[in-house]
Amino acid sequence: MKLSGEAHKFDLNDINTDYIISGKYKFKTLDMKELAKHVMEDLDPDFYSKIKTGDFIVAGSNFGCGSSREQAPLAIKNAGISAVLAKSFARIFYRNAINTGLPVVECDTDKIEHGDRLEVDLSAGVVRNISKNLEIKARPLPEVMIKILNDGGLAPHFRKYGGFQIY
Amino acid sequence: MVLIPVIILERGIKLSGQTIIEKILSSHSGQTARAGDIVIANVDLVMGQDGTSPLAIRAFNDMGGREVFDPEKVAMVIDHSAPSPNEGVSALHKLMREFAEEKKIKLYDIGEGVCHQLMPESGRVGPGKLVVGADSHTCTYGALNAFSTGVGSTDLAGAMISGKMWFKVPETIKFVCEGKLPERVYAKDLILYLIGDVTADGATYKAAEYTGQAVKALSIEGRMTMANMAIEMGAKAGLMEADEKTFRWLKQYSDEKFTPVTADADAEYAEIRRYDVSSLEPQVAMPHRVDNVTGVSQVAGTPIQQAVIGTCTNGRLEDLRAAASILEGRKIHPKVRLIVAPASKRIYLEAIKEGILQVLVEAGAAVVTPGCGPCVGTHNGIPSDGENVISTANRNFKGRMGNSSANIFLASPATVAASALAGEIADPREF
Repeated sequence: MKLSGEAHKFDLNDINTDYIISGKYKFKTLDMKELAKHVMEDLDPDFYSKIKTGDFIVAGSNFGCGSSREQAPLAIKNAGISAVLAKSFARIFYRNAINTGLPVVECDTDKIEHGDRLEVDLSAGVVRNISKNLEIKARPLPEVMIKILNDGGLAPHFRKYGGFQIY
Repeated sequence: MVLIPVIILERGIKLSGQTIIEKILSSHSGQTARAGDIVIANVDLVMGQDGTSPLAIRAFNDMGGREVFDPEKVAMVIDHSAPSPNEGVSALHKLMREFAEEKKIKLYDIGEGVCHQLMPESGRVGPGKLVVGADSHTCTYGALNAFSTGVGSTDLAGAMISGKMWFKVPETIKFVCEGKLPERVYAKDLILYLIGDVTADGATYKAAEYTGQAVKALSIEGRMTMANMAIEMGAKAGLMEADEKTFRWLKQYSDEKFTPVTADADAEYAEIRRYDVSSLEPQVAMPHRVDNVTGVSQVAGTPIQQAVIGTCTNGRLEDLRAAASILEGRKIHPKVRLIVAPASKRIYLEAIKEGILQVLVEAGAAVVTPGCGPCVGTHNGIPSDGENVISTANRNFKGRMGNSSANIFLASPATVAASALAGEIADPREF
Protein backbone atom coordinates (compact mmCIF):
# COMPACT_ATOMS: atom_id res chain seq x y z
CA MET A 1 0.00 0.00 0.00
CA LYS A 2 1.45 3.38 -1.07
CA LEU A 3 0.17 6.64 0.34
CA SER A 4 1.06 10.17 -0.61
CA GLY A 5 0.23 13.59 0.73
CA GLU A 6 1.48 16.53 2.71
CA ALA A 7 2.83 16.51 6.26
CA HIS A 8 0.94 18.35 8.99
CA LYS A 9 3.56 18.51 11.68
CA PHE A 10 2.63 18.74 15.35
CA ASP A 11 6.06 19.16 16.87
CA LEU A 12 5.07 17.73 20.24
CA ASN A 13 5.49 14.56 22.25
CA ASP A 14 2.65 12.90 24.20
CA ILE A 15 -0.26 14.15 22.07
CA ASN A 16 -3.13 12.60 24.01
CA THR A 17 -6.48 11.34 22.79
CA ASP A 18 -8.27 14.26 24.47
CA TYR A 19 -6.37 16.55 22.08
CA ILE A 20 -7.15 14.31 19.12
CA ILE A 21 -10.86 14.33 19.89
CA SER A 22 -12.25 15.99 23.01
CA GLY A 23 -14.50 14.04 25.38
CA LYS A 24 -17.10 16.78 25.15
CA TYR A 25 -17.83 15.71 21.56
CA LYS A 26 -17.10 12.03 21.48
CA PHE A 27 -19.62 10.92 24.09
CA LYS A 28 -22.53 12.38 22.12
CA THR A 29 -22.50 10.72 18.76
CA LEU A 30 -21.50 7.80 16.57
CA ASP A 31 -21.29 10.09 13.53
CA MET A 32 -17.56 9.98 12.83
CA LYS A 33 -17.78 12.52 9.98
CA GLU A 34 -19.17 14.98 12.48
CA LEU A 35 -16.46 14.15 15.05
CA ALA A 36 -13.80 14.52 12.35
CA LYS A 37 -14.56 18.27 12.15
CA HIS A 38 -13.16 18.64 15.68
CA VAL A 39 -10.00 16.60 15.20
CA MET A 40 -6.94 18.12 16.97
CA GLU A 41 -9.08 21.17 17.71
CA ASP A 42 -7.46 22.02 21.06
CA LEU A 43 -4.02 22.14 19.40
CA ASP A 44 -5.11 23.89 16.19
CA PRO A 45 -8.71 25.13 16.00
CA ASP A 46 -8.61 25.30 12.17
CA PHE A 47 -6.87 21.99 11.59
CA TYR A 48 -9.79 20.22 9.94
CA SER A 49 -10.13 22.87 7.23
CA LYS A 50 -6.42 22.57 6.36
CA ILE A 51 -6.53 18.85 5.56
CA LYS A 52 -6.45 17.63 1.98
CA THR A 53 -7.49 14.01 1.59
CA GLY A 54 -4.45 11.75 1.81
CA ASP A 55 -2.39 14.06 4.05
CA PHE A 56 -0.39 12.86 7.04
CA ILE A 57 -0.25 13.82 10.69
CA VAL A 58 3.40 13.89 11.82
CA ALA A 59 4.29 14.08 15.52
CA GLY A 60 6.87 13.25 18.19
CA SER A 61 6.87 10.35 20.62
CA ASN A 62 4.00 8.66 22.52
CA PHE A 63 1.30 9.80 20.09
CA GLY A 64 -2.22 8.91 21.25
CA CYS A 65 -1.53 8.51 24.95
CA GLY A 66 -4.39 8.71 27.41
CA SER A 67 -7.85 7.30 27.01
CA SER A 68 -8.86 4.19 25.08
CA ARG A 69 -11.32 6.09 22.87
CA GLU A 70 -11.39 4.57 19.42
CA GLN A 71 -13.00 7.79 18.28
CA ALA A 72 -9.43 9.15 18.15
CA PRO A 73 -8.16 7.09 15.18
CA LEU A 74 -11.64 7.15 13.63
CA ALA A 75 -11.82 10.96 13.75
CA ILE A 76 -8.36 11.17 12.16
CA LYS A 77 -9.29 8.69 9.45
CA ASN A 78 -12.63 10.33 8.72
CA ALA A 79 -10.93 13.72 8.44
CA GLY A 80 -9.11 12.36 5.38
CA ILE A 81 -5.73 11.67 6.98
CA SER A 82 -4.15 8.61 5.36
CA ALA A 83 -1.62 7.74 8.09
CA VAL A 84 -0.05 9.02 11.29
CA LEU A 85 3.74 9.17 11.50
CA ALA A 86 5.34 9.44 14.94
CA LYS A 87 8.50 8.50 16.80
CA SER A 88 6.40 6.18 18.95
CA PHE A 89 2.76 5.50 19.78
CA ALA A 90 0.85 4.79 22.98
CA ARG A 91 -0.18 1.15 22.91
CA ILE A 92 -3.99 1.39 23.04
CA PHE A 93 -4.04 4.00 20.28
CA TYR A 94 -1.68 1.84 18.22
CA ARG A 95 -4.00 -1.18 18.48
CA ASN A 96 -7.10 0.92 17.85
CA ALA A 97 -5.57 2.47 14.75
CA ILE A 98 -4.74 -0.90 13.23
CA ASN A 99 -8.10 -2.35 14.27
CA THR A 100 -9.94 0.47 12.52
CA GLY A 101 -7.68 0.44 9.46
CA LEU A 102 -5.69 3.63 10.07
CA PRO A 103 -2.01 3.04 9.19
CA VAL A 104 0.45 4.14 11.88
CA VAL A 105 4.14 4.51 11.07
CA GLU A 106 6.93 4.60 13.64
CA CYS A 107 9.88 6.52 12.24
CA ASP A 108 12.30 9.38 12.86
CA THR A 109 9.96 12.32 12.37
CA ASP A 110 12.74 14.87 13.00
CA LYS A 111 13.48 14.42 9.30
CA ILE A 112 10.06 15.76 8.34
CA GLU A 113 9.00 19.39 8.40
CA HIS A 114 5.56 20.94 8.21
CA GLY A 115 4.37 21.01 4.60
CA ASP A 116 6.82 18.40 3.31
CA ARG A 117 5.50 16.19 0.54
CA LEU A 118 5.66 12.53 1.62
CA GLU A 119 5.22 9.10 0.12
CA VAL A 120 4.66 6.22 2.50
CA ASP A 121 5.20 2.66 1.34
CA LEU A 122 3.66 0.57 4.11
CA SER A 123 4.70 -2.83 2.83
CA ALA A 124 8.32 -1.75 2.25
CA GLY A 125 8.36 0.14 5.56
CA VAL A 126 9.76 3.26 3.96
CA VAL A 127 8.80 6.93 4.15
CA ARG A 128 10.05 9.05 1.27
CA ASN A 129 10.35 12.74 1.99
CA ILE A 130 10.00 14.07 -1.56
CA SER A 131 10.56 17.71 -0.53
CA LYS A 132 13.87 16.89 1.16
CA ASN A 133 14.83 14.01 -1.11
CA LEU A 134 15.28 11.72 1.91
CA GLU A 135 14.35 8.14 2.65
CA ILE A 136 13.34 7.35 6.21
CA LYS A 137 13.14 3.78 7.43
CA ALA A 138 10.01 2.87 9.37
CA ARG A 139 9.89 0.35 12.22
CA PRO A 140 8.10 -2.72 10.88
CA LEU A 141 4.66 -3.55 12.27
CA PRO A 142 4.29 -6.87 14.12
CA GLU A 143 3.09 -9.53 11.70
CA VAL A 144 -0.25 -9.90 13.45
CA MET A 145 -0.94 -6.22 12.83
CA ILE A 146 0.03 -6.42 9.17
CA LYS A 147 -2.45 -9.25 8.82
CA ILE A 148 -5.26 -7.29 10.48
CA LEU A 149 -4.41 -4.11 8.54
CA ASN A 150 -4.35 -6.03 5.26
CA ASP A 151 -7.83 -7.31 6.01
CA GLY A 152 -8.92 -3.67 6.45
CA GLY A 153 -9.18 -3.81 10.25
CA LEU A 154 -10.33 -6.21 12.93
CA ALA A 155 -14.02 -6.17 11.98
CA PRO A 156 -13.40 -7.30 8.37
CA HIS A 157 -10.86 -9.80 9.78
CA PHE A 158 -13.54 -11.30 12.04
CA ARG A 159 -16.08 -11.29 9.20
CA LYS A 160 -13.59 -13.13 7.02
CA TYR A 161 -12.43 -15.75 9.53
CA GLY A 162 -15.13 -15.74 12.24
CA GLY A 163 -12.47 -15.03 14.88
CA PHE A 164 -8.73 -14.46 15.29
CA GLN A 165 -6.66 -16.00 12.53
CA ILE A 166 -3.34 -14.40 13.22
CA TYR A 167 -0.68 -17.08 13.43
CA MET B 1 36.62 -38.85 27.11
CA VAL B 2 35.29 -35.98 29.17
CA LEU B 3 31.67 -35.09 28.74
CA ILE B 4 31.04 -31.38 28.84
CA PRO B 5 27.51 -30.52 29.87
CA VAL B 6 25.94 -28.29 27.27
CA ILE B 7 22.85 -26.20 27.89
CA ILE B 8 21.00 -25.70 24.67
CA LEU B 9 19.22 -22.39 24.56
CA GLU B 10 16.34 -22.61 22.17
CA ARG B 11 15.19 -19.46 20.47
CA GLY B 12 12.80 -17.54 22.66
CA ILE B 13 13.41 -19.67 25.73
CA LYS B 14 15.38 -18.24 28.59
CA LEU B 15 16.42 -20.04 31.72
CA SER B 16 14.77 -17.53 34.02
CA GLY B 17 11.53 -17.34 35.93
CA GLN B 18 8.44 -15.42 34.98
CA THR B 19 6.91 -12.11 35.96
CA ILE B 20 3.29 -11.86 37.17
CA ILE B 21 2.02 -10.84 33.75
CA GLU B 22 3.95 -13.59 31.97
CA LYS B 23 2.35 -16.13 34.32
CA ILE B 24 -1.18 -14.83 33.83
CA LEU B 25 -0.76 -14.73 30.06
CA SER B 26 0.67 -18.27 30.17
CA SER B 27 -2.26 -19.67 32.12
CA HIS B 28 -4.74 -18.00 29.78
CA SER B 29 -3.05 -18.88 26.49
CA GLY B 30 -1.93 -22.43 27.22
CA GLN B 31 1.65 -21.65 26.27
CA THR B 32 4.70 -20.40 28.13
CA ALA B 33 4.40 -16.69 27.58
CA ARG B 34 7.62 -14.67 27.55
CA ALA B 35 8.12 -10.95 27.00
CA GLY B 36 7.97 -10.28 23.28
CA ASP B 37 5.77 -13.26 22.41
CA ILE B 38 2.41 -12.79 20.73
CA VAL B 39 -0.28 -14.90 22.40
CA ILE B 40 -4.00 -15.37 22.05
CA ALA B 41 -5.45 -15.51 25.55
CA ASN B 42 -8.86 -16.33 27.00
CA VAL B 43 -10.42 -13.46 28.89
CA ASP B 44 -12.31 -13.83 32.18
CA LEU B 45 -14.25 -10.58 32.00
CA VAL B 46 -15.01 -8.06 29.26
CA MET B 47 -16.24 -4.59 30.22
CA GLY B 48 -17.35 -1.50 28.33
CA GLN B 49 -18.55 1.94 29.45
CA ASP B 50 -20.86 4.44 27.78
CA GLY B 51 -18.08 6.31 25.99
CA THR B 52 -16.83 3.15 24.27
CA SER B 53 -19.63 0.56 24.25
CA PRO B 54 -21.75 2.19 21.53
CA LEU B 55 -18.84 1.89 19.06
CA ALA B 56 -18.18 -1.65 20.33
CA ILE B 57 -21.80 -2.58 19.64
CA ARG B 58 -21.44 -1.19 16.13
CA ALA B 59 -18.22 -3.20 15.64
CA PHE B 60 -19.90 -6.29 17.13
CA ASN B 61 -22.61 -6.08 14.48
CA ASP B 62 -20.09 -5.22 11.79
CA MET B 63 -18.15 -8.39 12.68
CA GLY B 64 -21.27 -10.45 12.20
CA GLY B 65 -21.58 -11.11 15.95
CA ARG B 66 -24.76 -12.84 17.11
CA GLU B 67 -24.28 -13.80 20.75
CA VAL B 68 -21.61 -12.84 23.26
CA PHE B 69 -19.26 -15.73 24.12
CA ASP B 70 -20.52 -15.94 27.72
CA PRO B 71 -23.10 -13.46 29.05
CA GLU B 72 -21.76 -13.99 32.60
CA LYS B 73 -18.40 -12.64 31.51
CA VAL B 74 -19.53 -9.47 29.77
CA ALA B 75 -20.61 -6.28 31.54
CA MET B 76 -21.48 -2.75 30.51
CA VAL B 77 -21.51 0.34 32.69
CA ILE B 78 -23.18 3.70 32.15
CA ASP B 79 -20.91 6.02 34.10
CA HIS B 80 -19.24 8.57 31.84
CA SER B 81 -22.35 10.66 31.31
CA ALA B 82 -24.73 9.49 34.00
CA PRO B 83 -27.51 10.55 34.11
CA SER B 84 -27.54 11.62 30.47
CA PRO B 85 -26.92 15.35 29.98
CA ASN B 86 -28.35 15.55 26.44
CA GLU B 87 -30.35 13.69 23.81
CA GLY B 88 -27.28 12.53 21.86
CA VAL B 89 -26.00 10.67 24.90
CA SER B 90 -29.51 9.40 25.69
CA ALA B 91 -29.67 7.70 22.31
CA LEU B 92 -26.35 5.96 22.94
CA HIS B 93 -27.47 4.86 26.42
CA LYS B 94 -30.63 3.45 24.89
CA LEU B 95 -28.55 1.51 22.38
CA MET B 96 -26.54 -0.01 25.26
CA ARG B 97 -29.63 -0.92 27.28
CA GLU B 98 -31.22 -2.64 24.29
CA PHE B 99 -28.03 -4.52 23.44
CA ALA B 100 -27.56 -5.67 27.05
CA GLU B 101 -31.13 -6.87 27.27
CA GLU B 102 -30.93 -8.71 23.98
CA LYS B 103 -27.58 -10.39 24.77
CA LYS B 104 -28.56 -11.03 28.41
CA ILE B 105 -25.53 -9.27 29.79
CA LYS B 106 -25.32 -7.26 32.99
CA LEU B 107 -25.73 -3.53 32.53
CA TYR B 108 -24.94 -1.21 35.42
CA ASP B 109 -27.17 1.79 34.82
CA ILE B 110 -26.88 5.40 36.04
CA GLY B 111 -26.08 5.85 39.70
CA GLU B 112 -24.49 2.44 40.18
CA GLY B 113 -21.02 3.90 39.99
CA VAL B 114 -17.74 4.11 38.11
CA CYS B 115 -16.84 0.96 36.18
CA HIS B 116 -13.47 0.53 37.92
CA GLN B 117 -15.13 0.37 41.30
CA LEU B 118 -18.05 -1.76 40.10
CA MET B 119 -15.96 -4.50 38.46
CA PRO B 120 -13.98 -5.26 41.64
CA GLU B 121 -17.21 -5.02 43.68
CA SER B 122 -18.84 -7.51 41.29
CA GLY B 123 -16.61 -10.26 42.71
CA ARG B 124 -15.54 -11.29 39.24
CA VAL B 125 -12.08 -9.77 39.46
CA GLY B 126 -9.33 -11.30 41.57
CA PRO B 127 -5.85 -12.80 41.57
CA GLY B 128 -4.85 -14.48 38.31
CA LYS B 129 -7.81 -13.18 36.31
CA LEU B 130 -7.48 -11.59 32.89
CA VAL B 131 -9.80 -8.67 32.28
CA VAL B 132 -10.13 -6.39 29.27
CA GLY B 133 -12.11 -3.18 29.41
CA ALA B 134 -12.81 -0.50 26.87
CA ASP B 135 -11.50 2.15 29.20
CA SER B 136 -7.85 2.99 29.64
CA HIS B 137 -8.02 2.86 33.44
CA THR B 138 -8.99 -0.82 33.40
CA CYS B 139 -5.44 -1.37 34.68
CA THR B 140 -6.89 -0.59 38.14
CA TYR B 141 -7.52 -4.27 38.94
CA GLY B 142 -3.79 -4.96 38.99
CA ALA B 143 -4.22 -3.96 42.64
CA LEU B 144 -6.05 -7.28 43.07
CA ASN B 145 -3.30 -9.27 41.38
CA ALA B 146 -5.25 -9.51 38.11
CA PHE B 147 -3.94 -8.62 34.67
CA SER B 148 -6.41 -6.08 33.41
CA THR B 149 -5.88 -3.65 30.61
CA GLY B 150 -7.62 -1.04 28.53
CA VAL B 151 -8.56 -1.69 24.92
CA GLY B 152 -10.56 0.07 22.25
CA SER B 153 -14.09 -0.63 21.08
CA THR B 154 -13.22 -2.93 18.19
CA ASP B 155 -10.94 -5.07 20.37
CA LEU B 156 -13.77 -5.17 22.89
CA ALA B 157 -16.20 -6.38 20.24
CA GLY B 158 -13.76 -9.11 19.20
CA ALA B 159 -13.48 -10.22 22.83
CA MET B 160 -17.26 -10.15 23.32
CA ILE B 161 -17.67 -12.50 20.37
CA SER B 162 -14.70 -14.82 20.81
CA GLY B 163 -13.81 -14.60 24.51
CA LYS B 164 -10.25 -14.07 23.36
CA MET B 165 -7.79 -11.32 22.69
CA TRP B 166 -4.31 -11.19 21.20
CA PHE B 167 -1.54 -9.71 23.30
CA LYS B 168 2.09 -8.91 22.92
CA VAL B 169 3.56 -10.15 26.21
CA PRO B 170 5.12 -7.04 27.74
CA GLU B 171 8.36 -6.62 29.61
CA THR B 172 7.95 -5.49 33.20
CA ILE B 173 9.40 -2.57 35.12
CA LYS B 174 9.52 -3.27 38.85
CA PHE B 175 8.99 -0.35 41.22
CA VAL B 176 10.28 -1.21 44.69
CA CYS B 177 8.96 1.33 47.19
CA GLU B 178 10.48 1.00 50.65
CA GLY B 179 9.95 3.01 53.82
CA LYS B 180 6.79 4.39 55.39
CA LEU B 181 4.67 7.14 53.89
CA PRO B 182 4.55 10.17 56.22
CA GLU B 183 1.30 11.43 57.76
CA ARG B 184 -1.14 12.89 55.18
CA VAL B 185 0.92 11.50 52.34
CA TYR B 186 -0.96 8.84 50.38
CA ALA B 187 -0.86 6.32 47.56
CA LYS B 188 -1.85 9.16 45.21
CA ASP B 189 1.21 11.17 46.17
CA LEU B 190 3.42 8.15 45.63
CA ILE B 191 2.04 7.30 42.19
CA LEU B 192 2.22 10.95 41.08
CA TYR B 193 5.85 10.97 42.19
CA LEU B 194 6.60 7.77 40.25
CA ILE B 195 4.92 9.12 37.09
CA GLY B 196 6.86 12.37 37.39
CA ASP B 197 10.00 10.30 37.71
CA VAL B 198 9.50 7.94 34.75
CA THR B 199 7.42 10.38 32.62
CA ALA B 200 4.28 9.86 30.54
CA ASP B 201 5.86 7.31 28.23
CA GLY B 202 8.35 5.81 30.66
CA ALA B 203 6.56 2.45 30.68
CA THR B 204 4.97 2.39 27.21
CA TYR B 205 4.47 -1.18 25.88
CA LYS B 206 5.52 -2.46 29.33
CA ALA B 207 3.86 -3.64 32.54
CA ALA B 208 4.55 -2.06 35.92
CA GLU B 209 4.90 -4.18 39.05
CA TYR B 210 4.68 -2.30 42.34
CA THR B 211 6.22 -3.85 45.41
CA GLY B 212 8.11 -3.04 48.61
CA GLN B 213 7.09 -2.22 52.18
CA ALA B 214 5.34 1.02 51.29
CA VAL B 215 3.10 -0.73 48.77
CA LYS B 216 2.36 -3.66 51.09
CA ALA B 217 1.34 -1.19 53.79
CA LEU B 218 -1.32 0.36 51.53
CA SER B 219 -5.00 -0.54 51.79
CA ILE B 220 -6.62 -2.14 48.73
CA GLU B 221 -8.14 1.27 47.96
CA GLY B 222 -4.67 2.84 47.96
CA ARG B 223 -3.33 0.05 45.80
CA MET B 224 -6.15 0.66 43.32
CA THR B 225 -5.13 4.32 43.15
CA MET B 226 -1.60 3.27 42.18
CA ALA B 227 -2.65 0.58 39.70
CA ASN B 228 -5.21 2.96 38.17
CA MET B 229 -2.56 5.45 37.15
CA ALA B 230 -0.16 2.94 35.55
CA ILE B 231 -1.56 4.03 32.17
CA GLU B 232 -0.35 7.58 32.87
CA MET B 233 3.20 6.30 32.42
CA GLY B 234 2.06 4.40 29.35
CA ALA B 235 1.97 0.98 31.04
CA LYS B 236 -0.23 -1.87 29.93
CA ALA B 237 -0.80 -2.98 33.53
CA GLY B 238 0.00 -1.96 37.10
CA LEU B 239 0.37 -5.20 39.00
CA MET B 240 0.74 -6.08 42.65
CA GLU B 241 1.04 -9.34 44.51
CA ALA B 242 -1.90 -10.60 46.56
CA ASP B 243 -1.66 -10.79 50.34
CA GLU B 244 -3.98 -11.26 53.31
CA LYS B 245 -5.43 -7.80 52.77
CA THR B 246 -6.31 -8.72 49.20
CA PHE B 247 -8.13 -11.87 50.24
CA ARG B 248 -9.92 -10.15 53.11
CA TRP B 249 -11.11 -7.47 50.69
CA LEU B 250 -12.22 -10.02 48.08
CA LYS B 251 -14.19 -12.03 50.64
CA GLN B 252 -16.68 -9.17 50.92
CA TYR B 253 -17.64 -9.63 47.28
CA SER B 254 -16.89 -13.18 46.18
CA ASP B 255 -16.86 -16.80 47.32
CA GLU B 256 -14.46 -17.78 44.59
CA LYS B 257 -11.14 -19.35 45.60
CA PHE B 258 -8.56 -17.28 43.78
CA THR B 259 -5.00 -18.49 43.36
CA PRO B 260 -2.42 -15.76 43.90
CA VAL B 261 0.19 -15.18 41.21
CA THR B 262 3.67 -14.22 42.33
CA ALA B 263 6.69 -13.26 40.31
CA ASP B 264 9.52 -15.80 40.36
CA ALA B 265 12.64 -14.74 42.23
CA ASP B 266 14.62 -15.04 39.01
CA ALA B 267 12.04 -13.34 36.80
CA GLU B 268 13.54 -11.05 34.20
CA TYR B 269 12.76 -7.33 34.40
CA ALA B 270 13.34 -4.58 31.89
CA GLU B 271 14.30 -2.41 34.82
CA ILE B 272 14.11 -2.37 38.63
CA ARG B 273 13.64 1.05 40.21
CA ARG B 274 14.01 1.58 43.96
CA TYR B 275 12.51 4.37 46.02
CA ASP B 276 12.47 5.38 49.68
CA VAL B 277 9.14 7.06 50.39
CA SER B 278 9.90 8.12 53.99
CA SER B 279 10.35 11.80 53.23
CA LEU B 280 7.87 12.17 50.37
CA GLU B 281 5.78 15.35 50.57
CA PRO B 282 2.28 15.65 49.12
CA GLN B 283 2.57 15.82 45.34
CA VAL B 284 0.72 17.87 42.72
CA ALA B 285 0.61 17.32 38.94
CA MET B 286 0.50 20.71 37.27
CA PRO B 287 -1.23 21.61 34.00
CA HIS B 288 -1.36 20.13 31.38
CA ARG B 289 0.58 16.92 31.90
CA VAL B 290 0.25 14.15 34.46
CA ASP B 291 4.05 13.83 34.62
CA ASN B 292 4.48 17.54 35.36
CA VAL B 293 4.74 16.73 39.07
CA THR B 294 6.06 18.80 41.95
CA GLY B 295 5.89 18.90 45.75
CA VAL B 296 2.89 20.80 47.12
CA SER B 297 5.20 23.41 48.66
CA GLN B 298 6.19 24.54 45.16
CA VAL B 299 2.61 25.36 44.08
CA ALA B 300 0.98 26.24 47.42
CA GLY B 301 -0.83 29.58 47.16
CA THR B 302 -2.06 29.08 43.59
CA PRO B 303 -5.70 30.28 43.66
CA ILE B 304 -8.36 27.69 42.78
CA GLN B 305 -12.01 28.08 41.84
CA GLN B 306 -13.10 24.44 41.79
CA ALA B 307 -12.14 21.31 43.69
CA VAL B 308 -13.19 17.77 42.76
CA ILE B 309 -13.10 14.66 44.94
CA GLY B 310 -14.06 11.39 43.28
CA THR B 311 -13.27 9.38 40.11
CA CYS B 312 -11.89 5.88 39.57
CA THR B 313 -8.62 7.08 41.10
CA ASN B 314 -9.82 8.54 44.38
CA GLY B 315 -13.56 8.24 44.93
CA ARG B 316 -13.43 5.41 47.47
CA LEU B 317 -14.47 5.39 51.09
CA GLU B 318 -11.02 6.04 52.53
CA ASP B 319 -10.65 8.97 50.11
CA LEU B 320 -13.91 10.50 51.29
CA ARG B 321 -12.83 9.85 54.89
CA ALA B 322 -9.52 11.62 54.33
CA ALA B 323 -11.34 14.63 52.88
CA ALA B 324 -13.88 14.63 55.71
CA SER B 325 -11.13 14.52 58.34
CA ILE B 326 -9.89 17.85 57.00
CA LEU B 327 -13.27 19.45 56.27
CA GLU B 328 -15.07 18.46 59.48
CA GLY B 329 -16.53 21.49 61.25
CA ARG B 330 -15.12 23.87 58.65
CA LYS B 331 -16.47 25.71 55.61
CA ILE B 332 -14.84 25.74 52.21
CA HIS B 333 -13.57 29.04 50.84
CA PRO B 334 -16.46 31.21 49.57
CA LYS B 335 -14.92 31.43 46.09
CA VAL B 336 -14.49 27.67 45.67
CA ARG B 337 -16.96 25.07 44.37
CA LEU B 338 -16.34 21.62 45.84
CA ILE B 339 -17.79 18.70 43.87
CA VAL B 340 -17.86 15.21 45.37
CA ALA B 341 -18.70 12.07 43.39
CA PRO B 342 -18.52 8.78 45.33
CA ALA B 343 -17.12 6.00 43.13
CA SER B 344 -20.11 3.71 43.59
CA LYS B 345 -23.58 3.50 45.09
CA ARG B 346 -22.21 1.16 47.72
CA ILE B 347 -19.58 3.71 48.75
CA TYR B 348 -22.22 6.46 48.62
CA LEU B 349 -24.42 4.54 51.06
CA GLU B 350 -21.54 3.69 53.38
CA ALA B 351 -20.44 7.33 53.36
CA ILE B 352 -23.98 8.31 54.36
CA LYS B 353 -24.00 5.72 57.13
CA GLU B 354 -20.66 6.88 58.49
CA GLY B 355 -21.76 10.51 58.44
CA ILE B 356 -19.02 11.43 55.97
CA LEU B 357 -21.39 12.94 53.44
CA GLN B 358 -23.02 15.05 56.12
CA VAL B 359 -19.59 16.46 56.98
CA LEU B 360 -18.77 17.15 53.34
CA VAL B 361 -22.13 18.75 52.51
CA GLU B 362 -22.07 20.88 55.65
CA ALA B 363 -18.60 22.05 54.65
CA GLY B 364 -20.07 23.21 51.33
CA ALA B 365 -19.66 20.25 48.95
CA ALA B 366 -22.09 19.54 46.12
CA VAL B 367 -22.48 15.77 45.92
CA VAL B 368 -23.22 14.44 42.44
CA THR B 369 -24.24 11.02 41.12
CA PRO B 370 -21.50 8.36 41.27
CA GLY B 371 -19.86 8.57 37.85
CA CYS B 372 -17.09 10.08 35.73
CA GLY B 373 -18.64 13.37 34.57
CA PRO B 374 -16.50 15.91 36.43
CA CYS B 375 -13.27 14.18 35.41
CA VAL B 376 -14.00 13.64 31.76
CA GLY B 377 -15.76 16.86 30.82
CA THR B 378 -19.19 15.51 30.01
CA HIS B 379 -21.17 17.33 32.73
CA ASN B 380 -21.33 17.92 36.51
CA GLY B 381 -18.82 20.74 36.80
CA ILE B 382 -17.24 22.04 33.62
CA PRO B 383 -14.88 24.88 34.57
CA SER B 384 -14.91 28.32 32.94
CA ASP B 385 -12.14 30.04 30.97
CA GLY B 386 -9.00 30.75 32.94
CA GLU B 387 -10.20 28.88 36.03
CA ASN B 388 -7.97 26.63 38.11
CA VAL B 389 -9.29 23.28 39.28
CA ILE B 390 -7.70 20.91 41.75
CA SER B 391 -8.93 17.36 41.39
CA THR B 392 -8.31 13.84 42.67
CA ALA B 393 -8.63 12.52 39.09
CA ASN B 394 -5.91 10.92 37.00
CA ARG B 395 -5.67 13.28 34.01
CA ASN B 396 -5.11 17.01 33.68
CA PHE B 397 -4.83 17.30 29.91
CA LYS B 398 -5.88 20.61 28.43
CA GLY B 399 -9.62 20.40 27.80
CA ARG B 400 -10.01 17.20 29.82
CA MET B 401 -12.75 18.66 32.00
CA GLY B 402 -14.57 20.15 29.03
CA ASN B 403 -12.85 23.54 28.71
CA SER B 404 -9.44 23.87 27.08
CA SER B 405 -8.93 27.30 28.68
CA ALA B 406 -9.06 25.89 32.22
CA ASN B 407 -6.11 24.55 34.22
CA ILE B 408 -6.24 21.27 36.13
CA PHE B 409 -4.02 20.29 39.05
CA LEU B 410 -4.07 16.71 40.35
CA ALA B 411 -3.56 15.75 43.97
CA SER B 412 -4.70 13.49 46.81
CA PRO B 413 -8.16 13.87 48.41
CA ALA B 414 -6.52 15.44 51.48
CA THR B 415 -4.67 18.03 49.40
CA VAL B 416 -7.83 18.79 47.42
CA ALA B 417 -9.86 19.19 50.63
CA ALA B 418 -7.22 21.45 52.18
CA SER B 419 -7.12 23.54 49.00
CA ALA B 420 -10.92 23.86 48.96
CA LEU B 421 -10.74 25.33 52.47
CA ALA B 422 -7.90 27.70 51.66
CA GLY B 423 -9.15 28.84 48.24
CA GLU B 424 -5.65 28.12 46.99
CA ILE B 425 -3.47 25.05 46.68
CA ALA B 426 -2.59 24.09 50.22
CA ASP B 427 -0.54 21.51 52.11
CA PRO B 428 -2.88 19.08 53.94
CA ARG B 429 -0.31 18.65 56.69
CA GLU B 430 -1.12 22.19 57.84
CA PHE B 431 -4.77 21.34 58.56
